[in-house]
Amino acid sequence: MGGANTKSWDRDPILTVEHLSMHFGGITAVDDVSFAVGRKDITALIGPNGAGKTTVFNCITGFYKPTEGMLTLDAKDGPPHFLERLTDYEINADARVARTFQNIRLFPGMTVLENLMVAQHNGLSRASGFSFGAIFGLGRFGLAEKEAIDLARYWLGQVGLLPRADEAAGSLPYGDQRRLEIARAMCTRPRLLCLDEPAAGLNAKESDALNALLQAIRDKEDTAVFLIEHDMSVVMRISDHVIVLDYGKKIADGTPGEVRIDPHVIAAYLGVSDEDGAALEARP
Amino acid sequence: MRLADSGKTLGKKLSSALGDSLLAAIVAFALFSLVLGLRTVDSATGLTLEPRPALLATVVAIVFVGRLALNLFVWQTDYPLTRPFAKLFTSEPFETRDAVTLALAFVLGALGVAAGFLFTETLYGLIGALVLAFIGIGLLRRATVRTFPNLPYTQVFVAGGILFALFFPIVSYALESTFNLGLPLRYWFDLSILILTYVMLGWGLNIVVGLAGLLDLGYVAFYAVGAYTFALLATHFGLGFWICLPIAGAAAALWGIVLGFPVLRLRGDYLAIVTLAFGEIVRIILLNWTEVTGGPNGIAGIPKPTFFGLPFSPFAEGTTFSGFFGIHYDGLHALIFLYYVILVLALMTNLVTLRLRRLPVGRAWEAMREDEIACRSLGINTTVTKLSAFATGAMFGGLAGCFFATRQGFVSPESFTFIESAIILAIVVLGGMGSQLGVAIAAIVMVGGFEALRHTAGLQAIFGEEFDPALYRMLLFGLAMVAIMIWRPRGIVSSRAPTISLGDASAISGDLVRQGR
Amino acid sequence: MAYFLQQLINGVTLGSIYGLIAIGYTMVYGIIGMINFAHGDVFMVGAFIALIAFLALTTIGITAVPLALLLVLIIAMVLTAVWGWTVERVAYRPLRESFRLAPLITAIGMSIVLQNFIQIAQGARVKPLQPIVTGGYELFHQGSFSVIVSNIQILIVATTVLVMGAFWLLINRTELGRAQRACEQDRLMAALSGVDVDRTISLTFVLGAGLAAVAGLLYLLYYGVIDFFIGFVVGIKAFTAAVFGGIGSIPGAMLGGLIIGLIETFWSAYFTIEYKDVAAFSMLAIVLIFFPTGLLGRPEVEKV
Repeated sequence: MGGANTKSWDRDPILTVEHLSMHFGGITAVDDVSFAVGRKDITALIGPNGAGKTTVFNCITGFYKPTEGMLTLDAKDGPPHFLERLTDYEINADARVARTFQNIRLFPGMTVLENLMVAQHNGLSRASGFSFGAIFGLGRFGLAEKEAIDLARYWLGQVGLLPRADEAAGSLPYGDQRRLEIARAMCTRPRLLCLDEPAAGLNAKESDALNALLQAIRDKEDTAVFLIEHDMSVVMRISDHVIVLDYGKKIADGTPGEVRIDPHVIAAYLGVSDEDGAALEARP
Repeated sequence: MRLADSGKTLGKKLSSALGDSLLAAIVAFALFSLVLGLRTVDSATGLTLEPRPALLATVVAIVFVGRLALNLFVWQTDYPLTRPFAKLFTSEPFETRDAVTLALAFVLGALGVAAGFLFTETLYGLIGALVLAFIGIGLLRRATVRTFPNLPYTQVFVAGGILFALFFPIVSYALESTFNLGLPLRYWFDLSILILTYVMLGWGLNIVVGLAGLLDLGYVAFYAVGAYTFALLATHFGLGFWICLPIAGAAAALWGIVLGFPVLRLRGDYLAIVTLAFGEIVRIILLNWTEVTGGPNGIAGIPKPTFFGLPFSPFAEGTTFSGFFGIHYDGLHALIFLYYVILVLALMTNLVTLRLRRLPVGRAWEAMREDEIACRSLGINTTVTKLSAFATGAMFGGLAGCFFATRQGFVSPESFTFIESAIILAIVVLGGMGSQLGVAIAAIVMVGGFEALRHTAGLQAIFGEEFDPALYRMLLFGLAMVAIMIWRPRGIVSSRAPTISLGDASAISGDLVRQGR
Repeated sequence: MAYFLQQLINGVTLGSIYGLIAIGYTMVYGIIGMINFAHGDVFMVGAFIALIAFLALTTIGITAVPLALLLVLIIAMVLTAVWGWTVERVAYRPLRESFRLAPLITAIGMSIVLQNFIQIAQGARVKPLQPIVTGGYELFHQGSFSVIVSNIQILIVATTVLVMGAFWLLINRTELGRAQRACEQDRLMAALSGVDVDRTISLTFVLGAGLAAVAGLLYLLYYGVIDFFIGFVVGIKAFTAAVFGGIGSIPGAMLGGLIIGLIETFWSAYFTIEYKDVAAFSMLAIVLIFFPTGLLGRPEVEKV
């Protein structure tokens, strides 16, 4: 790639992934993948089933220790964070990378508001003298809690769940749960928001609302958005940068327009006969 | 199979019920034929067998008849006889047949009570009284709920309970000393102290099991640590209860961290078994480390707490409690004081827990119970969070242990067996994990029920002199644990109160709340 | 050396008994993912049934040792299996769709019930049985110490090997074994493919209890005395064996049993006997904390 410096994600990356590999026993789920995620972009990671997208995600968000590779989060306002060295909770607490899950993981027995309060645990905990101080009236928990409620209220407004703040998260309809999970992740004030198939199971209307939400996050918040998506139409409409994985390897990387016409991508998504495959291999 | 099928003819129903009951009877016969039908007895030539055909036949017959009755009147019918009784605790309107059933039950109950009084048939009297009380409470509840639908019943109930707990000893003592009624005050106070100890232990364990979702089968270890800490400090260094109380709490919390640290990576059931192992290790060490712990003989001579430095004693150097207040010495004073000590300790446990629930760490505990992975994705250090739950729970266990040591004046490893852990766990589980009120009710019902079994001399009149109801306590306890778990897996109070709200929050149904991983 | 060899023989004998019980834990864990806390007490009930059956046979005049042993084995296996079936049916099946720890709690309840039932029905005192299988062979002697393998030890190991062999065939060569493995993999899928899941689980408990009864009989013959409380500690040890071998793995359970038996024997022989049970519980804690997947178990990847 000759004109690398012209791409927004190469000019100002928030996350740089270099030579990432992940093996499970003898199986290679991710094989030497490198890419960058732009600070002001919506970046999409796509690929057919079993391409290793979720594994890449789990490596970035600390749920797996990568077998090899470097994951660098450029914090801009401080020293960089080397994600492969952090344990799971530090990824969010220190590097401020938040994530959602493919099969939604809310706290179903807690209210919507409580879910968002738990997300602000670390700040609140410090303000309350690690909770045990607050039993004796130490710390400034009252004030901090008020601020936390305000932030929660703001995000509930953004995702349209303000009227349901006091309902149990587990009782919400599916689409609301998806949006709540995003709101909860945003309440950790992340630099990078990782979404694992956020549009899965949403209807067309909900999907449009989601797109608007993600664009708003990109434009108004200081948060980069990185998402895994299956639904090509969503990806093509909102993302600024698309990375394509197949069989654990990166096969394409560029703007939606570039990726759309890439023959490797077409082959991976539409299937490819042996001859076509050989022809692709032979390409310079 | 158990679904009511209105299309079935009576004959079909009857034959299927009979078949099922016969099968149950055959299984019961297989189960009990050897272990119950033949009893091993020691004799001069070694063990011999003593056949008990009548007992075996009775048990098998009870299984057959019971199963048949359940089949006919509960399982395989359109109108289960249990329905009107369940309806008592809802607001559904009664149908005529409900009323008839309840009236019949009421009459039978009344007959039982009458028999109890007239012919001193204590068992019938007891069962009758229970039936009457059940129906009476249900009807009363329905009536009040209908008349005053908006009263905060739970709050009224809790406030009433606390008021009762606060004033019961003073009022009963005043009544007794004024009118000489001959009330068994010592027994009442002893029993209420015992119940309150279990309430406190239940509340302490509730933090670990109910809020944080970590199944701890070795909670009694911390109880033991608290008790032995005080016992050792008191007997070796002559320290008093009030100085040792915080030390015992801190020691138990420290042990909570030490024992908790290695196990916190484990999944729920493995964690449970490891904590059980730790509990047993602590007990066996107490049993065998004779030089320090006194081995099986334990440690005696543990002092009673003083009232701000005033001992409860008829004669002592310096001022005594009775001397200072210029009242006549009464052994009950010390007991009443102990009662208030444990009441305050228990209420403190409750208040701290309620407060912690509304603080970040408490919310993190509950979030961890709901979904640990999501917690970590939100930057919550789950190891520290789990340790804090373990240590907090252990601390309250240690405080209760310290109190136990001073109340008994004596500690030995016997008091800290696995069964004790199981009882406390059962209180938490049956009360409704996470619910403070439920745990308190469960402690009262279980410990009180246990105690009631100890005093059913009437049962002996029926089953013969050698019948020892105390023997059956643990059996019934185990059965109750299984039965209640199946009947109400979420416990007595199964809903969860939110810790914060924007508007009016209502309780969350227990079906949504996750428990354990 | 001779002392060591003697302990080795004793350890293998004890380990065989633990292995037989461990299989019950491992099978149940494999198929429904619960720790059947009451299994140790099912073993205890098995030992009692064996004891009573012996006495009953003696009373009616069957005293030929091989015949009596065979009859007792059959009676104990069948009746204990009924106990295993009942425990599952009453305490675990209704909670199959409940939260994960619910059956563990009823299992603890069931364990309390079984212990106290036997205590009430048979009395709290220890029950001795006069030695039935006596004699042995002296392998060799070193100074004044002779290494002896007794007939009862031979009987225990031989019975274990035979029962294990039969059991192995049952699991690997029959429809039941296949159904069991299917349920282990994916219960819903198994049900959709026509496996009667409830029946398979019931049979798992029946088999586990049957093996526990064999262990109960062998324990009774080996030690000659039982009481209502033996199930707790022996159960803990067997569970440790199951985890150590790799929970869910049947050869693992046998291997774990042998290792635990050897550790216990050598601990008692070379260290203090008072802390024998501390050793057992410490082993359990160490194994669960450091080797939760065990020797022959499959590693578990956390699903996100």
